[in-house]
Amino acid sequence: MPHDHHDHDHPHALLPPDPALRVKALESLLTAKGLIDPAALDVIIDTYAHKIGPQNGARVVARAWADPGFREALLEDATAVVSKLGFYGRQGEHIVAVENTDDVHNVVVCTLCSCYPWPLLGIPPGWYKSDAYRARVVREPRAVLAEFGVTLPEGQSVRVWDSTAEVRYLVIPQRPEGTEGWDEEALLPLITRDSMIGTGLAKAPA
Amino acid sequence: MSRVHDMGGRFGDGPVVPEPQDALVFDESWHGRALAVTLACGALGRWNLDISRHARESLSPKDYMRFSYYEKWLAGLADLLVSRGVVTEEELAGGVVSRSNLAERVLRTDAVAGVLAKGGPADRPGPAPAFAVGQRVRTRHPARNVFVPGGHTRLPGYAAGVEGTVLRCHGAHVLPDSHAHDLGEQPEPLYTVVFDAGALWGAPERAGDEVTCDLWQSYLEPL
Repeated sequence: MPHDHHDHDHPHALLPPDPALRVKALESLLTAKGLIDPAALDVIIDTYAHKIGPQNGARVVARAWADPGFREALLEDATAVVSKLGFYGRQGEHIVAVENTDDVHNVVVCTLCSCYPWPLLGIPPGWYKSDAYRARVVREPRAVLAEFGVTLPEGQSVRVWDSTAEVRYLVIPQRPEGTEGWDEEALLPLITRDSMIGTGLAKAPA
Repeated sequence: MSRVHDMGGRFGDGPVVPEPQDALVFDESWHGRALAVTLACGALGRWNLDISRHARESLSPKDYMRFSYYEKWLAGLADLLVSRGVVTEEELAGGVVSRSNLAERVLRTDAVAGVLAKGGPADRPGPAPAFAVGQRVRTRHPARNVFVPGGHTRLPGYAAGVEGTVLRCHGAHVLPDSHAHDLGEQPEPLYTVVFDAGALWGAPERAGDEVTCDLWQSYLEPL
């Protein structure tokens, strides 16, 4: 009974239990059937490991901070605006930008799976896909934010966006004080991935 | 009615443990392979995104909870490959492999960038919205697929039967409840509906906090 810890009603139980061996077995099978090209897998991995990531979203946020016209257009139709920057694509077909203010702090989750704006932020981090985050952030966002070291003022309400359709959300964090007059390039390093999900704030200037 | 993936609001999970922001995208090399093989198989065109989500949700609760994230992807993929007739159980179990007649659709290296950039938009021409921004609505109760018992739906259980306010309308989008079960796209107006935390949880963490969900028109009734 080599696979007796898996559910036997499902074909996946036929694969080896060790995940690294599972993927290897699937890859070998699909390659032998002519259904995948292993070199194409390398290209996909390289794309998401090195080319598409939070640097894209940070570019959008920095420009929104530095350019009021851009910010207005982004809040009006983010899909069109980020497309012009080349940030359209898989898991980012319908983008909405939501802006943090003194009155409201936005946080993004996908309670049902792991929806995330790939072209802007890349592949989601492990915690975003974790049961604890998915289960808890809708019910007790402030307790979850505290686990990220973030405490919000009592006067600021929280709005949690549960990504239950194909709309993907980008949080525009509040621009840190002391950055008046800074240009886009200077602002860029202050923008963290977590600040664009809402579990972090932008960095204060050093 | 619920499935194991529908965990929003659940009690009992421990703290969220954030990795450093500069952690590797794929912290084990097989994670990247699992993602890539899943995307490459999707490009064969034998299923859509809603079908693949439903495959992961259909894992037994025991497997769903035991598996790490990419193990769920691999299990969902293996189950889909068999249920959609792409590979046989014998092949999956290590038996004799025959070449697929889908091989001409294989995703080649030079096509990857184009496929990822093209994406798969879900908006479609469809009916005009019945609800206006600012209108009060109530969500379906219980959260369920009305076409297929136990089928795919995107109304989370925690937001079932709750009153909220239409915040945005996104035009008509493919309905996952039908699309996940080969019942067509049946596009419907999609709305962002905002709920008061008190309406969702009874005792909210802080009065005035809110949660939004993106919900299709048939999930909603006017108040």
